[in-house]
Amino acid sequence: MKKQLLATIIGLNLTAAAQAATPSLEEMWEMIQQQQGEIATLKQQLRNNDARIQETEVIAEATISAVEQISMAPSASSKTTFGGYGELHYNSLDRDDSAASKDAMDFHRFVMFTGHQFSDDIRFFSELEVEHSIAGEGQPGEVELEQAYIEWDFASQHSAKAGLFLIPVGIINETHEPNTFYGIERNTVEKNIIPATWWEGGAAIHGEISQGLSYDVAVHSGLFLDSGEYKPRDGRQKVGKAKADNFAFTGRLKYTAIPGLEIAASVQVQQDVHQGEGEAIGGTLFETHVAWQRDDFQLRALYAQWDFDSAINNVAVGADEQTGFYIEPSYRISDNIGLFARYSEYDNLAGSATNTAVEQFDIGLNYWLHPNVVFKIDYQNQDTPSKTGYDGINMGVGYSF
Amino acid sequence: MLNKFYRVAVTIATAALFILTSAASFSVSAKGVLQSGPDFVAEVFAPLQAEPKVLWLTPEIRAQAAAIMDRPVRGLRIRYHQSNNKSAWILEEIGKEMPITIGVVVEDDVIQQVKILAYRESRGGEVRYPAYTAQYNGAALQEDYRLNQNIDGITGATLSVWAVNKVAALALYYHGVVNQSTATHPPQ
Repeated sequence: MKKQLLATIIGLNLTAAAQAATPSLEEMWEMIQQQQGEIATLKQQLRNNDARIQETEVIAEATISAVEQISMAPSASSKTTFGGYGELHYNSLDRDDSAASKDAMDFHRFVMFTGHQFSDDIRFFSELEVEHSIAGEGQPGEVELEQAYIEWDFASQHSAKAGLFLIPVGIINETHEPNTFYGIERNTVEKNIIPATWWEGGAAIHGEISQGLSYDVAVHSGLFLDSGEYKPRDGRQKVGKAKADNFAFTGRLKYTAIPGLEIAASVQVQQDVHQGEGEAIGGTLFETHVAWQRDDFQLRALYAQWDFDSAINNVAVGADEQTGFYIEPSYRISDNIGLFARYSEYDNLAGSATNTAVEQFDIGLNYWLHPNVVFKIDYQNQDTPSKTGYDGINMGVGYSF
Repeated sequence: MLNKFYRVAVTIATAALFILTSAASFSVSAKGVLQSGPDFVAEVFAPLQAEPKVLWLTPEIRAQAAAIMDRPVRGLRIRYHQSNNKSAWILEEIGKEMPITIGVVVEDDVIQQVKILAYRESRGGEVRYPAYTAQYNGAALQEDYRLNQNIDGITGATLSVWAVNKVAALALYYHGVVNQSTATHPPQ
């Protein structure tokens, strides 16, 4: 009985299901129409979504570009650059004849750079320095304008500059940020013979002759040796109402085609270091140097020589020839620490028969806390024929940015 | 007398040098833009065409890039080109005052080529010489994110040398990042 009832129920359900699965042709046509409508709607939605995605991508790209432009585009102020360097020195030195000593703490140089790019090929650069911390009447220091020139790239390989600029001679005259050289005090040869740091007012052209061979030529104000003076360092007028009766000319050739190697030679002609006052005295400076870096080893060597007309011997016998040289090997024992030794010799009266040379041996260490921040310590042993050389320790800290 | 003769000779020689150099034609590339970015990329991947891609600067990537460059890294993304294991990057860094545009090609985590595409500084232009940039070939990144090769510098142009060193290291770092599938395709 139960089995018959179950079969009847199943049979009814199957009949109902069969009736539901087989709609009439009209019903089927209606269903197809509905489905076609839904497909068309979905297709339209898909097209709309695609359009929105594309629009979103465009909006995203535009937004990203705008954000990048805001965050990365150079502002008007970025055409003007600012930098500087400085160095504090401590000297603890005793004179060989024990008649004097020098124990001094000196903020030797505080320098600010300001530059401005007028256009891709016209720029301005300046360097303003406070030397020895305090300037003024009776004070040890000076405020000096060391560079202030306009530079113009007038051709693809050539640029010209006019204004107040560093003379293209020697190693440290143009590059003297304290983190770029060894020793607290700058070497005595470039200081006393060349004499670095040396700037003049005038015009100059710099360019490349071929890959790694560059030239500089400059016409500029000259030295002025006042009555009783004979050392080039005393003749720097620092372009402050400088006497310019006679100009001077400087030329340099520099070879830098091999990485790590620089070989250069400079010649300068002074027409009259008396600038028309008294007897005319001309002079010629010849300087040559090599700077060679190979892996952690570096060698710097420089020779400089002044030849003045013999009339300068009336001021000081032997001043017609003034020479100097130094050799400085150094070794970087790590990224932070470098050791150096330097032998230097200069003579402002090299034309005399007597020995008047100043010899100096330095040995020391640079510790770079950061590539642009350096602590230095060195020992110097200076000898002069008159026993007036200073021996002792120098310490310092320097920075540039 | 000898000195006077010497001075006259030097003056004439200097003038001659100036005239000679002003009139001469040069084989070395000029200051300014030396090669455009598209030309560099086409040259690097020729005859194939590399796929342009974008590396998005996530906070982690930005922080590491800033550590390598020793300055904040701006922007949202870095565009580059890649074909197989070779990627080309065009990056900029300021030498002393002006940006240097540098192209770096990395293949299998090793530098294949460094090329200066634009140089705008007054000094230190020696970094654009092939003899200088060839020193980077074969360099890889150390664990401290610095180059594993010594690069001989240029006297008086330390800042330009540092700029190229940092960009070379950054390209190696970026290459390492994108080859761990961090890169995404740019919006079309």
